[in-house]
Amino acid sequence: MELNFTGTDICAVNGTRSAPEARYDVVVVGAGPSGIAAAVEHATAGKSVLLVDENPVSGALMGNDTPLYFGGRMTAATQNSERMLEAIFMSMPDLEKAMDAGAELLLGTTAWGVYRNGPGVASLPDQVVGLADAERSWMVGFGTIVLATGARDLAMAFPGWNQPGVMGAAALQMLLTRYDAFAGRRVLVLGSHDLALETALVAHARGIEVAGLIEVRDAPQGSADLVAQVKAAGISISCGQTIASAKGGIDGVESATLTSGETIACDTICAAIGLVPSIELVDAMHGPRALNPTRGGYIPAGEASVIAVGDCAGLTDSGFDHIGYRMDWMRALTAVTTNDTIICQCEEVTRADLIGIQPPNYLPRPAAMCARSLETLLKDGPANPDQIKRLTRSGMGVCQGRRCRDQVAMLLALETGTPYGTIPLASHRAPVRPLPLKILAEWDEPAEMEAAWDVWFGIPTQWVPVEDIGTPYQDEHREMLYTGMYK
Amino acid sequence: MSGSEVVIVGGGVTGLSAGWWLARSGVKVTVLDKFIVGWEASGRNGGGASHYASPLFDEEQRLWPQMDELLGYPTEHRKGRILIAMTERQWEQYRFIAERHKRLDHPVELLDVKQIQEAVPLAGDNSFGGIHYKFGGHANPQRSVQAYAWALQDLGGKIIQHSPVTGFETAGGKVTAVKTANATYGCDSVVVAAGPQIPQLMAQLGVDVPLAAARAEMIITEPAPMMPLGGVDGHKIYGRQTLRGNLAYGGGPHEWLDVDATGPAARPSTPLARNLAKRLAEMLPKAAHLNVIRSWAGVIENSPDGRPIIDRLTSPDNVVVASMSSVGFGLSPASGHAIRDLVIDGKCSFADIDLLKLSRFDGLEKDWREKRGWMPIS
Ligand SMILES: Cc1cc2nc3c(=O)[nH]c(=O)nc-3n(C[C@H](O)[C@H](O)[C@H](O)COP(=O)(O)OP(=O)(O)OC[C@H]3O[C@@H](n4cnc5c(N)ncnc54)[C@H](O)[C@@H]3O)c2cc1C
Repeated sequence: MELNFTGTDICAVNGTRSAPEARYDVVVVGAGPSGIAAAVEHATAGKSVLLVDENPVSGALMGNDTPLYFGGRMTAATQNSERMLEAIFMSMPDLEKAMDAGAELLLGTTAWGVYRNGPGVASLPDQVVGLADAERSWMVGFGTIVLATGARDLAMAFPGWNQPGVMGAAALQMLLTRYDAFAGRRVLVLGSHDLALETALVAHARGIEVAGLIEVRDAPQGSADLVAQVKAAGISISCGQTIASAKGGIDGVESATLTSGETIACDTICAAIGLVPSIELVDAMHGPRALNPTRGGYIPAGEASVIAVGDCAGLTDSGFDHIGYRMDWMRALTAVTTNDTIICQCEEVTRADLIGIQPPNYLPRPAAMCARSLETLLKDGPANPDQIKRLTRSGMGVCQGRRCRDQVAMLLALETGTPYGTIPLASHRAPVRPLPLKILAEWDEPAEMEAAWDVWFGIPTQWVPVEDIGTPYQDEHREMLYTGMYK
Repeated sequence: MSGSEVVIVGGGVTGLSAGWWLARSGVKVTVLDKFIVGWEASGRNGGGASHYASPLFDEEQRLWPQMDELLGYPTEHRKGRILIAMTERQWEQYRFIAERHKRLDHPVELLDVKQIQEAVPLAGDNSFGGIHYKFGGHANPQRSVQAYAWALQDLGGKIIQHSPVTGFETAGGKVTAVKTANATYGCDSVVVAAGPQIPQLMAQLGVDVPLAAARAEMIITEPAPMMPLGGVDGHKIYGRQTLRGNLAYGGGPHEWLDVDATGPAARPSTPLARNLAKRLAEMLPKAAHLNVIRSWAGVIENSPDGRPIIDRLTSPDNVVVASMSSVGFGLSPASGHAIRDLVIDGKCSFADIDLLKLSRFDGLEKDWREKRGWMPIS
């Protein structure tokens, strides 16, 4: 076959991508207080600013515990997006300040990926952020991106945690203060550091009954002032114990049993043990990050055009070792979980299967497979959560590992006897929010993209059956399947 | 050969399958990988196993249905594929492909829209037709790669991860040892199956292997209800429904790269995810509401004609080089067998693989990459 090369590979990505729909000097992701402050600052300085916030998120996403650990405790009102939009807007008077300063505001708009040229990619027309709302997705160019994505809930498994009513503190506060859509009535709070104390006070102030706080250490961990306020509100803090199990019915949690044997009636168990800075976007763009125990975990290391602010940059440093605290909880909960406690809810991976490195239960487990375990895997090298994820499927589900990524990292640290942080964090991947195919799709893609599209590399000789080489079929094959290539 | 030592550079599917085949023959095998087994293309691909263009095709087809049993670990292999045409032109092309398969005695059947929907309930009534390959299939790349690795260990072979090979020791026209930063591994034979890094490694032995590296991308959705047939290609995308139900799909333009001896610095995915999502939603409209939950990329190398290079060198004469030229996952049961034969017998026992010899590129023009436009964007 005579191939006349033109110096151009028409199936390469070069020049096929669409230009971003718009470009801003600054895109701010997250319209919490720090995001709004950044938007105001840049807009006041005369920059073009786009401020996006994913709230109100759809009821369907909330049902998947995205972006926070809602635990199925939102009211039906969250299904009404108009009403939620209003609730969000009303709960944040400062949004108007950002708009008055000249920032453009998009609510209900999620930033699902940040892309730029660098190692391994040089084909992007600009540094861009992918946005999506309920209708479509699109790309926006930026000079600087400010990540004000806040922090998300740290979930931890205990027997019975995988039912409606077990949720996170950030989600509870969000439902109470911004959505006005919390469906529970009596909450038991796990933890006694500031996050737990503040959450209990917020709930109490909104007329929610707080059944108490449970603390694994021997004394309350938060500031004396908050502890005093909680006590003044008549809320008890039980120390030196943990939750042993949660029981429930078809609507979820009905009671919690503590390691002391005491049973507490409640419809909600709020894990307020810790918050994790929401670094998904940084991580998915391979941005640098560092572990900082007093600031809540992995935080962005900072770059000229990618700036993290607020909780995304790390929790306020009060000197409290969040990692040490979480590991204490983890150790205690590991003592109450059993082999069949589910760790990854989406993929129903049990603790025994995670530690046993076993495949999901729809696959066979022949003898050789059963003989494999974390212990045998460690003989090949240090534990890698992404490898364990590939094998067990923990973290592979629709919540994108939000409920289990961090606890798996802690569990692996305990199981392998290595300090938390020596084992890498499982990766985040774009889209960092689950996005329906029809929303993610670039429906109006450029003609250049379709013209370059081949199922594989478009190399005419690659798929000619060996029997056909040197026969007329070879040219026929090329004419039919690769018209126009290399002529 | 029994009892001799073979060092394999590269713990992707190719190196691991070769190691497993060698270990089955009683050879002492050590596989060295720069990171973790299957971390590069071998753990990032579409899992397709229907390489009818290859001289290794028959062996690929013979082996896959037995692999779970032979390896002792699940690979998630499933047989058969369907190709769905979404445009008039694709339908013409796919019928051409079907005719060709018939001529070559590969079992295929043309499907109408209703038959497609029966086998692939996520498909709509908007297709032009399809073909059903009653051969080929797909498997889970990550599980398969680990299955080879474990099976190899079960036979006494060694896998040494986190150990990039930095060079070789030679004497008397043979490679006598393989070197990493921390150790030197003496050997009777070497297999170089290091994917995109093959050219740099082979250059150290004075052998020129023409390969160009590129990045390719995939997306995956949340699980959908299981379809009767999961190996669904068409509309110029390829992929599979995993046994969990997820739809994993790739295709479309690639990006040529320069990769140095330490391997890809990163494997970024790009907004191409949107173009993949569009085609998948068009081909399987009843899946259009499904959430995409991840995207990823892998780096693969291609030879100038896009066909693998599997060859035992004449000098040094104890080296087998194996690049699968971007079509290596599905062929892995057979490529490993061929490599085993070349190492032990100097000749492939089950197929004529002269087509895959490195010497076919003797006299290749120096600027072959430029001529093809296979250059990184500068
Ligand atoms: C997105 C995508 C989709 C694909 N889809 C399919 C498909 O559907 N079907 C199919 O058959 N193929 C597919 N492929 C191609 C297939 O993945 C590859 O051809 C195959 O995995 C190659 O395997 P390998 O072992 O030869 O190379 P690799 O997987 O690249 O493995 C090479 C190994 O060598 C190691 N290494 C490199 N340098 C050194 C060194 N100096 N020292 C030690 N170790 C080193 C690397 O770490 C790596 O693990 C796809 C590829 C991609 C990226």
